[in-house]
Amino acid sequence: MNLAEQLPVLPVIIPLVAAPITLLLPQGRAPHLWATLISWLTFAVSIALVAMVSDAGVISYHLGDWAPPLGIEYRIDMANALVLALVSGIGAVVFAFAYRSVEREVDPRQSTFFYCAMLICLTGLMGVTITGDAFNIFVFLEISSLSTYALIAMGAKSDRRALTAAFNYLVMGTIGATFFVIGIGLLYQATGTLNLADLHDRLAGQSNRMVEAGFAFIVVGIGLKLAMFPLHLWLPNAYTYAPSAVSAFIAATATKVAVYVLIRFFYSVFGFDFAFVGHAFTYVLLPLGLAGMFIASLVALFQDDVKRMLAYSSVAQIGYMLLGLSFATVEGLTASLVHILNHALMKGALFMAVACVVFRTGSHSIQAFAGLAKRMPVTTWAFILSGLSLIGVPLTVGFISKWYLLTAAFAAGHGYAAFLIVASSLIAMVYIGRVAEMMLLREPPSEGPYAAAKEAPMSMLIPMWVLVAANIYFGVRTDLTGDLAVRAAEALMLVAGGAP
Amino acid sequence: MEHAILRVTTKIFFAPIILYALYVQFHGDYGPGGGFQAGIIFAVAFILHAFCFGLEETKKALPQRALIVAMVVGLLFYAGTGVATMLLGGNLLAYDVIVPGSAHNAGQHYGILLVEWGVGVTVASTMLTIFYHFTGREPDIDQEDW
Repeated sequence: MNLAEQLPVLPVIIPLVAAPITLLLPQGRAPHLWATLISWLTFAVSIALVAMVSDAGVISYHLGDWAPPLGIEYRIDMANALVLALVSGIGAVVFAFAYRSVEREVDPRQSTFFYCAMLICLTGLMGVTITGDAFNIFVFLEISSLSTYALIAMGAKSDRRALTAAFNYLVMGTIGATFFVIGIGLLYQATGTLNLADLHDRLAGQSNRMVEAGFAFIVVGIGLKLAMFPLHLWLPNAYTYAPSAVSAFIAATATKVAVYVLIRFFYSVFGFDFAFVGHAFTYVLLPLGLAGMFIASLVALFQDDVKRMLAYSSVAQIGYMLLGLSFATVEGLTASLVHILNHALMKGALFMAVACVVFRTGSHSIQAFAGLAKRMPVTTWAFILSGLSLIGVPLTVGFISKWYLLTAAFAAGHGYAAFLIVASSLIAMVYIGRVAEMMLLREPPSEGPYAAAKEAPMSMLIPMWVLVAANIYFGVRTDLTGDLAVRAAEALMLVAGGAP
Repeated sequence: MEHAILRVTTKIFFAPIILYALYVQFHGDYGPGGGFQAGIIFAVAFILHAFCFGLEETKKALPQRALIVAMVVGLLFYAGTGVATMLLGGNLLAYDVIVPGSAHNAGQHYGILLVEWGVGVTVASTMLTIFYHFTGREPDIDQEDW
């Protein structure tokens, strides 16, 4: 086996083969250690892929030696190499983190299935990102979604509302997937191909009702999956009632992968020749992105459940990503890609901090956070630092995202959008500030269910601080993510055909 | 003995149904059929058994734990074929490397045979697991189970 040649398929095949093996392991520590090892291996392979793409350019891998467009092609350029590294990196941290949290929040009889489903979810997300085949995207999207429904439902041990949350997500997610596959079907009817690059060539100059309908179905379908405001209704409950480790994993990865798919379809499949892309940017993504930024942030202000607050904040942050890509400039696209990476880092760390609090207090209500700075100082500071990153304070990754986004807004002539971005960051400051005030300034309760809280165990603190450190590190070393994102955006722009 | 006719008929039909499942399984390479259909038919034999003899009897013949192992083994058959072709120096699922230099692509035949076998085993065991869980569900769920 030539490892370098087979590298492109390994990020999918390693977790895929490992997932069923998990079921054969004895209950207890083994499934967790196995899943963690696999997630680290996947991360290592993804990093190698980023390096390979950075040196050699686009990699194309033909499954079963069937040449594209007939066969399935894995096609890795800078944009999806970055998302691959992100998803597997978050996976590597969250899998390591999960053990104690899962022990407490998931029925022990289900813990083996839990790690199996996590690995399948990782497989699906990696597959969506890596593949260059439209139908393959649908299949992997369903693999990741179905396992996510099961994972969310496993939160039923601590709160039975997890079941309705999972069912709601199942209904909405299935509608999204159906719309997506209808869209793919229409495009297939119009072009006779499913390969993304080939679709792009064959769609050039085509602008008939069928392609337009296909485009609309795909945008709405993916919009449901990525929780584009106002299609986000499944998200708050799903994130709130899922086991905390699952919230951290899917909040940092699932919606990001869907945003990537949207970018891929807008830029690499349809391109700016297709008039609807420009219309969708101006009349759909831009207003909905702005509306999401504000309305979801305002709703987050009034949540007394910290997980739910962070979930609404995620909807708002997706607004930033949509805003960036709707500018249809290299700067805007760079901002969107950078924010995909950065938001995953901050939201992952925030949800992990909440997971630590849930582990010790058993609750994610804001009341449980009172005076935690005295009881759980390490967790408190992880939450506050990643919260600062969410707000966009300099020296954190959040600042880098906002900086790119502001520059892009001015360059694209949307000066008012820059003002709105700053305004919505201020709202983020208030809702993070509420929790910070609770943790820092209140007296810890001397009686009641939250009185016995003490610092979370090392197995949770270390992975969480790795992510917090990443928030700072990539906030200082801006050249790492920034340069790669610029290169990814330039390549995407080139295929899309310049400004609309 | 209750339902003697049904039980005797089931016993007579049981083996032919499985034989038919295997026929569909191995016919799938060159003609209609294949692992998915074969897996369903295979599962049907056991579902029929459960209808006539009760779920507990079927579970004695084919316990839940065995089904989980079968699911895993089936999936590993499929994925393992892909990994094997990679280890032999080809791409994932590039069956031609299984029998290199064959004029009539014998590798493709063996490859799809192995993959379909994996599909068949997984589908049969998954179908039966779903059936076990639906029919074995207690009418009122124990408070401890939540």
